[in-house]
Amino acid sequence: MLRYTLLRVLGAIPTLLLVIVLAFLMVHAAPGGPFDDERALPADVEANIRGAYHLDEPLPKQFIRYLSGLVQGDLGPSYRYRDYTVSELIGQSFPLSLQLGVLAMALAIAVGVSAGTVAALRQDSYLDRIVMAFSMTGISIPVFVFAPVLVLLFAVKLQWLPAGWSSTSGSSRLLLPVITLALPQIAYIARLTRASMIDVLGRDFIRTARAQGLGTMTIVRLHALKPAMLPVLSYMGPAIAAILTGSVVVEEIFGIPGLGQFFVRGALNRDYTLVLGIVVFYATLIVFLNLVVDVLYSALDPRVRYQ
Amino acid sequence: MSLLRNRAISVSGAIIVATAACAVVGPWISPNDYISTDFDRLLLAPTTAGAHLFGTDDLGRDLFVRTMLGIRVTLLVAIVASFVSLIIGVAYGAIAGFVGGRVDAAMMRFVDTLYALPFIFFVILLMVAFERNFLLIFVAIGAVNWLDMARIVRGQTLSLKEREFVAAARLTGVSTGRIIFRHIAPNLIGIVVVYMTLTIPQAILVESFLSFLGLGVQEPRTSLGALVDAGVNLMEGASWTLLIPAGLLAVLLMCFNFLGDGLRDFFDARHTT
Repeated sequence: MLRYTLLRVLGAIPTLLLVIVLAFLMVHAAPGGPFDDERALPADVEANIRGAYHLDEPLPKQFIRYLSGLVQGDLGPSYRYRDYTVSELIGQSFPLSLQLGVLAMALAIAVGVSAGTVAALRQDSYLDRIVMAFSMTGISIPVFVFAPVLVLLFAVKLQWLPAGWSSTSGSSRLLLPVITLALPQIAYIARLTRASMIDVLGRDFIRTARAQGLGTMTIVRLHALKPAMLPVLSYMGPAIAAILTGSVVVEEIFGIPGLGQFFVRGALNRDYTLVLGIVVFYATLIVFLNLVVDVLYSALDPRVRYQ
Repeated sequence: MSLLRNRAISVSGAIIVATAACAVVGPWISPNDYISTDFDRLLLAPTTAGAHLFGTDDLGRDLFVRTMLGIRVTLLVAIVASFVSLIIGVAYGAIAGFVGGRVDAAMMRFVDTLYALPFIFFVILLMVAFERNFLLIFVAIGAVNWLDMARIVRGQTLSLKEREFVAAARLTGVSTGRIIFRHIAPNLIGIVVVYMTLTIPQAILVESFLSFLGLGVQEPRTSLGALVDAGVNLMEGASWTLLIPAGLLAVLLMCFNFLGDGLRDFFDARHTT
């Protein structure tokens, strides 16, 4: 177990390095400098600014500087938010995004697994068809299409829930963003759970349990759920990535001052260091969480450790 | 013709063809154009008067024509981007599969590493770095989507290269490159076409996501994603500005997904029997 974990950690390092190198090169290959504005700066002023940000050094040296800062948790200064470092901006805005993401993920797992299990137990019934139709819809339609439609329906027309973030305080303002973020993941998880549950329920050990007179609910709870959860667990990596991407959209639509909003603002303002920093942060998070998922998987299913 | 008897394939295919046809023909027939503003007719609800079938936006521009042009752009980006991913994916997969051994292992290891990257963020980074260049959208999306294609093509190539006709070609002294492109590649077309229909909705998704964030297609040009974005700001009081492009985007995405799934099941069933 320890050996496997260590191997996986070592395997993640080249991925992370690749992320950092790619992101760094992309930003530095950009035509034009970060301080190009409509009004050109005097040459000596620009040279001074470039010097202050070490932009006059050769690229490899800049990269080493960036990397050594990164190891110490320093992502450099923001080019647009004066007096803020990128790390401070991330530190300020990430907790909100984290809260949103964790709630959405919990909701997605709870609803998705239940719906998928029910659909599997009532295979080919109307209920099953409804769950599957909903799931296909949820998978196909992106967050930025149904999020505004939900806002229009529940906040503007019916006025059940607040539309904006700043207009209210309290937990009701979290409800719509969390549901929106969770919906596509509910759809995926329901589909995965249904398929793997149907597969597991057809196995011999389930037949044995039935023959011993156990009720359906007991069988699902004690025998079927754990093996049926393996595909769902391996989907957690992509799900986390999707929730992070989705939160960019959801924060934009609901006006939530989280990391995603900073990312979009940074992108539109061409705040290179901020965008670079957030990409590196997101990528590290995703690689790390994938690692956690892999290790968890190997704990549940020891066979993968010996492949 | 049994392909057309499959309901999922024929219905979704028909919807896609009909939408594309409208998008091509609509702007020609309509008396309006996509750029003229009319300040006497701001935020007009859908009406037949003046042929504003989808209403007008906050600048008084005709939304029917804009939506049709948006569909054109969305479909064009999706198809071209899928082609880019197809070319990269087929070349990469075919070479890895055909050469095999250590090269194959290293190339596939690289693909595995790339799978772990959050690509959408890199696409955004790319769009930030390179001034939201329209051409770049094609390349960026294509560069994202080639991984699946490479894996599938590699698997197919591995089995194809053991076949007699490849041995025969080798025996008659055909070069490796020529074997890959003249003898192996044509046999991959079936599966590649099927998976291309599955990459199209992914490409649409990325393009509309970028446009929605304001990083994709720039004004006055438009795409379905950009129209949804504009609709979000206008939806209070003018819900059609959101609902029409959002609905069309949803329908197109679902149809492409159904079509791709249908085609894959159809051809897989053929292969297994």
